[in-house]
Amino acid sequence: MSHTTMQAGGPPASRRSERTARQLSGARNGRLLLWAATLLLFATLLLQVLEVSGVVSMGLVSWRPLLFAYLIWAGALCAAQVMIRGEDGQRAAFVLPAVLFTVAMVVFPTVFGLYIAFTDWNLSAAAGRQFNGLDNLRSLFADVYFWNALLNMVYYVLAVLVQYAIAFGLALLLNAEIKARKFFRVAFLLPLMLSPVAVSWMIGKSLMEYRFGPAATLARHLGWDNPAFFSTPWLARTSIMAMDAWVSIPFMMILLLAGLQALPSEIKEAAKVDGASGWQSFKEITFPLMLPVSMTVIILRIIFQLKLADIVINVTAGGPGGATDTVSSFIFREYRDRSNVGYGTMLAEFYLVIIIIFVALILKGASRWMQRDN
Amino acid sequence: MATHVETSTTRPSLWSRRPQFLTTSLLIYAALVFWAFVSLFPIYWTITTSFKTAVNVTQGHLIPFVDFMPDWKGWRSLGLSPDTIFAQSTVRDEFIRRFFNSIVASAGASFLAVIIGSLAAYGLSRFSYKFLWMKNKDISFFFLSQLILPPVVLAMPFLVLYKHLMLLDTLIGLVLVYTLMVLPIVIWIMRDQFDTIPVELEQAALVDGCSIWGAFLRIVLPIALPGMVAAFILSVILCWNEYFFAALLTSSNAKTLPVMVASQTGSQGINWWSMAAIATAAIMPLILVGIFLERYIVKGLTAGAVK
Repeated sequence: MSHTTMQAGGPPASRRSERTARQLSGARNGRLLLWAATLLLFATLLLQVLEVSGVVSMGLVSWRPLLFAYLIWAGALCAAQVMIRGEDGQRAAFVLPAVLFTVAMVVFPTVFGLYIAFTDWNLSAAAGRQFNGLDNLRSLFADVYFWNALLNMVYYVLAVLVQYAIAFGLALLLNAEIKARKFFRVAFLLPLMLSPVAVSWMIGKSLMEYRFGPAATLARHLGWDNPAFFSTPWLARTSIMAMDAWVSIPFMMILLLAGLQALPSEIKEAAKVDGASGWQSFKEITFPLMLPVSMTVIILRIIFQLKLADIVINVTAGGPGGATDTVSSFIFREYRDRSNVGYGTMLAEFYLVIIIIFVALILKGASRWMQRDN
Repeated sequence: MATHVETSTTRPSLWSRRPQFLTTSLLIYAALVFWAFVSLFPIYWTITTSFKTAVNVTQGHLIPFVDFMPDWKGWRSLGLSPDTIFAQSTVRDEFIRRFFNSIVASAGASFLAVIIGSLAAYGLSRFSYKFLWMKNKDISFFFLSQLILPPVVLAMPFLVLYKHLMLLDTLIGLVLVYTLMVLPIVIWIMRDQFDTIPVELEQAALVDGCSIWGAFLRIVLPIALPGMVAAFILSVILCWNEYFFAALLTSSNAKTLPVMVASQTGSQGINWWSMAAIATAAIMPLILVGIFLERYIVKGLTAGAVK
């Protein structure tokens, strides 16, 4: 799996032959270990499959033995790498645990999810799982609510740009010569710490509450007679966006602030000496220099924004009429309220494909743009 | 974060050179105070509401001791007020169990993720791997690309899988999912950390007869410890706030705090003071973390993203 980059000083010649002999026997043992573990893994798998299909019955109640067999196999694989390939194996052993973990936790469930996606499976129905081909995909294309949720995602992603603008402003403020910078930085950072679920109560269900919420009271004082923040589609969507912005602006702000502080101060000084105004020096110098950081921040935020769900689930549950629904919250309700596992998983896999294409396009576009700029 | 460049010596010249300096700085402070208010008011509101009675809520009283007299009502319903703290309280027991679950799930997952994530990050930062067609860049991308994966894609397969593995509604199951969730972030942060540590240190140790793992454990790890702490704290925050998987994969035994908060919002109508008390208790640990460990959070957030 690996070859050397860091050349260590070789061992003295006298010990070399002894070491190769030990390595040879170690390699033999390593192979033996790996084979034994692999055998164990497949034997367990076979037994479990037989058990499920009813050929043998050993009283296995779950697939847990397979989990343990996999753990043993993973351990044996790492040990065998070290025993067979010596230093190269030691290097491989650094990255192997993470790889084995991720593969077991992601690749297998995703593939399994693909299978579920092509079945008609409702947990509340007695029929159980049935393969139904492309039916789920067909109903997906006919599902108005799903496309509506997807359209909402476009709005939510666009809202990231507004968040970016505000975050940039705040970062500039914090970067100015001010007193009590530490206080303001901590205060601005705090919303990021809070869980979206708590935020949905704190802001969505109490601050913006129609009768007694301070935000509603303030709105009444400002002359808005009927401050129902979640009544009309656009109002509800904007309220959700505002809450989401409240939580996530600090994230962008901190990254942008770090970018600002990493800028060489001589450049700004030079601009000041040349008599550039604040706005000019921002437009001509600061902003262009901040482009790489801005790109990273926006792309990261878009990736996180595509998962937006908690606030929507807890404040509006998608309403009114699906106006605030995100794809994730829509699928969440499909799972939990309608137990529609097969169809929900098809939606999720379809969404994943869209996301991958979208993010790949963004990354490609960003890297091309940065290259053209340089 | 770097300290700022302006020193007091430049200030007098600015005072004299720019007549509009005063207004500019006034505007800056106004904006700062405004946003600090936006950031802090919801938190202030939640904490004070937990000490209100129904009248104070409906009449919109805001300032304790001036507008209204604080009352332990909200905390009493949670069993955490001074007069109920030693009495039996099922709500408190429930709350403490959820609190404990949240701690175990987030700390366990962060610990696991920091261990295997740091190992992988070190490997990717120091050695060049080749596995089939995948080189270091591809392996890194493989890990980072997990960030894109939305929880909904994994939720159902995990539900089915966990049911068969008897991991549904267990803390171990939750820890495994959370580890998966924060692993890419940990690898990202730690790779950046290891990249800044000079290779010469390990080379010297290798010449002295250390093995590769020995050099890593004895030389590199102590230097990288602050970075690991930053990664750990960031992971704990992310796991503590996680709602989606917890809502789907746990029911009675391993339910975490966010799920409890969410279920209370739905069921209790407008019982604001007790909701506020629960919300306050749920966010308080994070607010303390935010105030006292802000340095580490900023370090973790900015690692890798800003060069």
